[in-house]
Amino acid sequence: MSSTFADRWLGRVRLSAWVTLTAPLLAILFAGVITSIVLAITGNPVFDTLVTMVDYGSQPRSLALVVNNATTYYLSAIAVAIGFRMNLFNIGVDGQYRLAGLVAAAVGGAVTLPAPLMPIVIILVAMIVGAAWAGIAGVLKATRGVSEVISTIMLNTIATGIGAYLLLEVWGERQGNDIATKELPEAARIAGIGLIPGTPQMVYGLFFLAIAVGIAFHVLLNKMRFGFDLRATGQSESAAVASGVDVKHMIVYAMLISGATAGLIGMPQLLGESFTYNLNFQAGLGFTGIAIALLGRNNPIGIAFAALLWGFLDVSSTVLDLHKIAPEIVVIMQGLTVLSVVVTYELAHRYRVNAEQRRVSRELAGGASATPQKEGASA
Amino acid sequence: MITTGPLGTLTQEASISTETTVSEVAVQLEGITKRFPGVVANRDISLTVQKGHIHAIVGENGAGKSTLMKILYGMQRPDEGEIRVNGSPVTFHTPGDAISAGIGMVHQHFMLADNLTVLENVILGSEPRKGGLALDFAAARTKIREISDAYGLGIDPDVLVEDIGVGTRQRVEILKVLYRGARILILDEPTAVLVPHEVDELFENLHGLVREGITIIFISHHLDEVLKVADAITVIRRGTTVAEVDPVSVTARQLAELMVGSELPSPETRESTVTDVVALQVTGLTIGAEGERKVLDDVTLTIHKGEVLGIAGVEGNGQAELVEAIMGIRPSTGTITLAGEEITSWTTLRRREAGIGYIPEDRHRHGLLLEAPLWENRILGHMKEKVNVRGWWINRRGARADTQRIVEQYDVRTPGIDVLASALSGGNQQKLIVGREMSGEPKLLIAAHPTRGVDVGAQAAIWDHLRTARAAGLAVLLISADLDELIGLSDWLKVIHRGTLVAEFDPATVTPEQLGSAMTGAGEEA
Ligand SMILES: Nc1ncnc2c1ncn2[C@@H]1O[C@H](COP(=O)(O)OP(=O)(O)OP(=O)(O)O)[C@@H](O)[C@H]1O
Ligand SMILES: [Mg+2]
Repeated sequence: MSSTFADRWLGRVRLSAWVTLTAPLLAILFAGVITSIVLAITGNPVFDTLVTMVDYGSQPRSLALVVNNATTYYLSAIAVAIGFRMNLFNIGVDGQYRLAGLVAAAVGGAVTLPAPLMPIVIILVAMIVGAAWAGIAGVLKATRGVSEVISTIMLNTIATGIGAYLLLEVWGERQGNDIATKELPEAARIAGIGLIPGTPQMVYGLFFLAIAVGIAFHVLLNKMRFGFDLRATGQSESAAVASGVDVKHMIVYAMLISGATAGLIGMPQLLGESFTYNLNFQAGLGFTGIAIALLGRNNPIGIAFAALLWGFLDVSSTVLDLHKIAPEIVVIMQGLTVLSVVVTYELAHRYRVNAEQRRVSRELAGGASATPQKEGASA
Repeated sequence: MITTGPLGTLTQEASISTETTVSEVAVQLEGITKRFPGVVANRDISLTVQKGHIHAIVGENGAGKSTLMKILYGMQRPDEGEIRVNGSPVTFHTPGDAISAGIGMVHQHFMLADNLTVLENVILGSEPRKGGLALDFAAARTKIREISDAYGLGIDPDVLVEDIGVGTRQRVEILKVLYRGARILILDEPTAVLVPHEVDELFENLHGLVREGITIIFISHHLDEVLKVADAITVIRRGTTVAEVDPVSVTARQLAELMVGSELPSPETRESTVTDVVALQVTGLTIGAEGERKVLDDVTLTIHKGEVLGIAGVEGNGQAELVEAIMGIRPSTGTITLAGEEITSWTTLRRREAGIGYIPEDRHRHGLLLEAPLWENRILGHMKEKVNVRGWWINRRGARADTQRIVEQYDVRTPGIDVLASALSGGNQQKLIVGREMSGEPKLLIAAHPTRGVDVGAQAAIWDHLRTARAAGLAVLLISADLDELIGLSDWLKVIHRGTLVAEFDPATVTPEQLGSAMTGAGEEA
């Protein structure tokens, strides 16, 4: 028995570096071709449209926006990936970050602390709320065997309800057409950084938080005992149990960590741009995170590229409107990319295995006597 | 997909036999070569199997037996070579192709879904349709009954697979391939999990199949049974065929020498090393709620330092549950003490930390992460050991070095410690597990079938390791289907039947026959 298809696309098994690099490039190429066909069918100039998009997307201002989008996407995808690596499908990242953002914004508006403490407290509150909300699903699964897919989807709906109530009835203040929490004081804000030269558009200061989260994810998973237990549970629950891994605890911990990470998703926007939680607070990022986690094969580097690509497509789509082309074309492209990445990873993996075997046979045929190859495994 | 019933193809065969001169040959493999990264699993192998024969394939662990059979079954493509079935050349891309050509395979590691019934397992993948849409369970059930009766397999289609013992599971696997119309049956180590009388039953079944014109290819490490049942034997060594022997003209010893170039081992324990220090004390261990039949009923046993206690029994009589209760994997009532300390309420991890090594009976489900490299598998179950971790951190260097040590000491045949566990042959996976569980000087070793699937040479080596550790004070709870192993290695034997210990024997005086009858519940106290 070799690795299953699901193991590979959920990133539970390692693929060779070659596959990891080639597959996404092919996939993007493929997605580009299909998108072109769609453009052509809908009667739009293919080449011009793509050039316009790339042109616009690579303006300094656009690039800064790409990085900002990618920052949030990255956090969301990592939150999802933590679950995926253990076979947990945390569909509830969406509800977790929205609730976390709202409570954190309200707390931030209500307390006054000195500058360095303020954002830290707000971020901690967000993580705790996210963790708690995800933890409910974890505890339900560990104690009652409730599928986390079902419970997190329901918790999303409940989060929407609770969020609406809290915003409209408790913490919100009417501001024109909008309802928002009290604006965060100056001390709570995290200044943007001029990462991209040639534009006044700042990049979120919490861009660095995303990088830190990526590193932490890698270290936790690959260097720490906890991560070993987590991956072992994801690969074979029965072997994990026999080896002394407390799977129930692992489920709860994994959901807590996933939820805490989800809590961070809204922070770059809250602390770096909007300074309040309002009706326009971006929703749906949790679902985008699922797509990006798959695109990046639940690997911290892969997810970074996937998040940037996604952000780029998002930003460059805004120009399409000006050219009277439906920006939804980009949504098609994003969906196609995920789909074709899954397919090409699989194809590249198989091709690679065959090529490897052909290589071995060539080498053996070439210098059968010279090479000290192990034969029949007993040398 | 479904061809005619088991008895319906006789006429068709007769017509083939008049056609060609090689009519008697069911399978012919010629010049088969298969390479994996770093390993040549099969090198220019040729094999001829006569129709209606039971053809045995023997060879060391990693010799390439399973690989050859997977090639014949279309699971793997050969790099070179030709396959002929009933005289005509074939190319298989998938097992589906092989099945259409009348070839079926039962794998070394069972592939049944526990939570489905026998019926569901059998039809999985070739579901009969009523009017093209609805599943036709009734037809399938009838057909299963027919096949079962025709060959005396005695299978009830409506029980859950998790409720049946290994012997029956084995027969379900066989039925599954017959159901798909197989006329050529490949059995990869079918007897590894069976106790002697189940082996006899299986062989009776096989003879029944052969009488119906079915051809059987089977792999086994038990040379005595190979000699008893096979019509022809092929010996594979380091990926190539080294001999075709006639079972009537060789002894088991000669066969072993052909395979590994070494003599047959004997599991005899020499001087006793039993001390009077109690290592493990199990008292009143019970599993199963009041009222219903208990899977384990009031089991009490003591193992001293330096002692091997053997548990004999037909699989499915509570051995697995006993082991899992001692490991803390399965809830139970009663008390367990390790070296004087009560561990009844401890977690599995804590028990392992306290010095219990565990060789599980199902290596794929409980012993390995198949998709992880060997060195990560070294860590599995030993997540608190110094060589593997430092505090919260994985000690990559230490784990790798120790894996290398195990590979060398236990002769695990592998191109390296970075290959995935799934790339090892079954016997080599087992050696890795044994090596791992013997690491870190355990106080107690729970060994369920420690040499299952291991070749005779490696078996001797593992027995030696066990004896050395026992002399140093290791206590061992040994569960095995191999009576020679039980009698040869144990200092004391207990027989388990329907969840209770029903008899005990001194291995110095007991005969396999006495043990065998006690295991079926017929024996009296000795
Ligand atoms: N998928 C694979 N990838 C890499 N190497 C493999 C793979 N499958 C088998 N091998 C290697 O091929 C060789 C032959 O393996 P095979 O499973 O055929 O041995 P076997 O004779 O069945 O041994 P055993 O008696 O232990 O079951 C071994 O060295 C094994 O490591
Ligand atoms: Mg094998």
